[in-house]
Amino acid sequence: MLKMQDVSKVYRTDLIETYALREFSLEVSAGEFVAITGPSGSGKTTFLNVAGLLENFETGSYRIDGTDVRGLSDDQRSRLRNERIGFIFQSFNLIPDLNIYDNVDVPLRYRRLSTRERHERIGSALDLVGLSSRMKHMPSQLSGGQQQRVAIARAIAGDPAFLLADEPTGNLDSLMARQVMELLEQINELGTTILLVTHDPELARRAQRNVHLVDGQISDFRTYEPRAAPDAGLAHA
Amino acid sequence: MQASLLGYYSHLALRSFRRNPGLTALMVLAIAFGVAVCIMTLTVYHAMSGNPIWWKNDRLYTVTMDSWDPNSGFTRGNAETHLPPPLMTYRDATTVLHAGLAERTVVMFESSGVISGTGGPPLRTDTRFTTGDFFPMFDVPFLYGSGWSRSADDPPQPVVVLSRSMNERLFAGANSVGRTLRWNDHEFRVVGVLDYWFPRPLFYDVTEGSFAPPEDLFIPFAWGRALDLRSAGNVDCWKAEPLDTSEQFFNSECVWLQTWVELPDRASRERMQAFLDNYWAEQRRGGRFGRPRDNRLTNVGQWLRDQQVVDNDNRVLVGLAFAFLLVCLINTVGLLLAKFLSAAAITGVRRALGASRRQVFMQHLTEVALIAGTGSALGLGLGALGLAAVHHMYAAAHLGRPGGYQELMHFDRTGVLWAIALAILATLAAGLYPAWRVGRLPPAVYLKSQ
Repeated sequence: MLKMQDVSKVYRTDLIETYALREFSLEVSAGEFVAITGPSGSGKTTFLNVAGLLENFETGSYRIDGTDVRGLSDDQRSRLRNERIGFIFQSFNLIPDLNIYDNVDVPLRYRRLSTRERHERIGSALDLVGLSSRMKHMPSQLSGGQQQRVAIARAIAGDPAFLLADEPTGNLDSLMARQVMELLEQINELGTTILLVTHDPELARRAQRNVHLVDGQISDFRTYEPRAAPDAGLAHA
Repeated sequence: MQASLLGYYSHLALRSFRRNPGLTALMVLAIAFGVAVCIMTLTVYHAMSGNPIWWKNDRLYTVTMDSWDPNSGFTRGNAETHLPPPLMTYRDATTVLHAGLAERTVVMFESSGVISGTGGPPLRTDTRFTTGDFFPMFDVPFLYGSGWSRSADDPPQPVVVLSRSMNERLFAGANSVGRTLRWNDHEFRVVGVLDYWFPRPLFYDVTEGSFAPPEDLFIPFAWGRALDLRSAGNVDCWKAEPLDTSEQFFNSECVWLQTWVELPDRASRERMQAFLDNYWAEQRRGGRFGRPRDNRLTNVGQWLRDQQVVDNDNRVLVGLAFAFLLVCLINTVGLLLAKFLSAAAITGVRRALGASRRQVFMQHLTEVALIAGTGSALGLGLGALGLAAVHHMYAAAHLGRPGGYQELMHFDRTGVLWAIALAILATLAAGLYPAWRVGRLPPAVYLKSQ
């Protein structure tokens, strides 16, 4: 479970203070699929960075599965991030000079798993996204949709409890976007909690809950009916 | 750090090198040139400053007495040395020799003569006229035979010791003990052939240049007077006195003889010092030694310093070499910083995927270590090439004779280890900041901007 209580995040310059998050409170239960929407500059990405332990916050409290992250050392935060959280980015952020296998391997390396276990996890993750036949390909040899699926495989290879996705379909055409979304829904149904930042109201509607941000504060909550089960088998770009 | 992670970091470092081959090559070359220059200067410095007979530093002494001009001290160049002359008069040196106070005593000078009578063409060669204690005193290695006994010193026996290279030229390297040769038309019998022996610096006679090779022939000292020879080395005179005849020269105040004594303990040193001081007082009463008393027994280490075998230029050169290495390393810091920051987005991804600052730091430090190691290895090769070039240059200057510069082909092992260790440590130290800096970058900023 992810629980933020009155979290504030301020960016300061010599002249001004800008609140990216202002007394922000949110509780996300295990297995939820939550969409975070809002206009540009509303604090969506900052929320995701704070939630993913990539940025600190000034005030408030934040617990992941009961662990108060305030006061954790960088090593502890990094371990928590590595073991409990997966990231998916708008621009994929694959490492260009590593092949697909090695890209998915990155988070597992920091977990110091055995070679055999890493190999099994990479195989399973790439199987799930339908790219196990492209292990030796370089990112530049794949389409945008395929690259994003590799990024998803990398995010889930470590079997995280939370998947934080920042505009994961923002750089994709509508067909590929739909495929990526279906993949995320499938992962969610396997039990992974997903927080999806998006501009797209259609995508947001596919989540179970929509949190709308304005000026670093939640302005609206909407809860949707459970979506229909995704099509069996995923279309591959 | 786990071995598997170290292997992973090395793997990433190699990939990083491939990503920026030009920048990587620039860093490796910067370190390599810095290390090469340090290795070259350290080797030359060590060759010029090392005590080649350090194990006898507490028992081997050169004898000097200030018999110089009462009105002005001995000078080197235009500067007064504030030391006694490095050589002795015949009278003073032979007095020390005949005193018999030392375990071993060597009095000697260098001359030049023509060898004949061995079947080959006449050959001009440098020859050292020395007492027989020279060989055991300086631990000279023999290939065949040995030196001569004290009984062969006076009256002088017609015996000669050859260097190994001269034996190869005259007798094709065969055991020539018992064979004869003619030196300036006087016949001498070979009693010994030296093995390879290149003390550097040539501590026992620094007047001919620290890197001059040892002489090719060694003949008993007393033949100098018997054959009416003059030194081919330094002869320093201060007194206006006639020097036309051999008798006048040998009795003159000119200094031209090296004098060495082996004194095994403090008591023998005190006895020798007292003897010199008494002799000085006696001679002073007779009208000599017009300067303040300055009779010295100087060990080899001090001797090399006194005679400025290692001059300030060499020390400055070593300093400059290390300054050059420092400049190379500072450049490397800049290049490392540029390289690491250019990959900040990738580092941001790694941080997001669970790499801690410490792991990012270690990953980049591994890359620095590989650059340092490669640069040092290349520097070692460049240093060897540079020393070979120096050796070639000086070998040509010495007309192919073996000499001290021969030794420059061989690294000063300690110096090289120091230079490499220094380069690796300095590069690692230089890489600490860039590696630390890249670990402190806010990953969120670079994740959005990639």
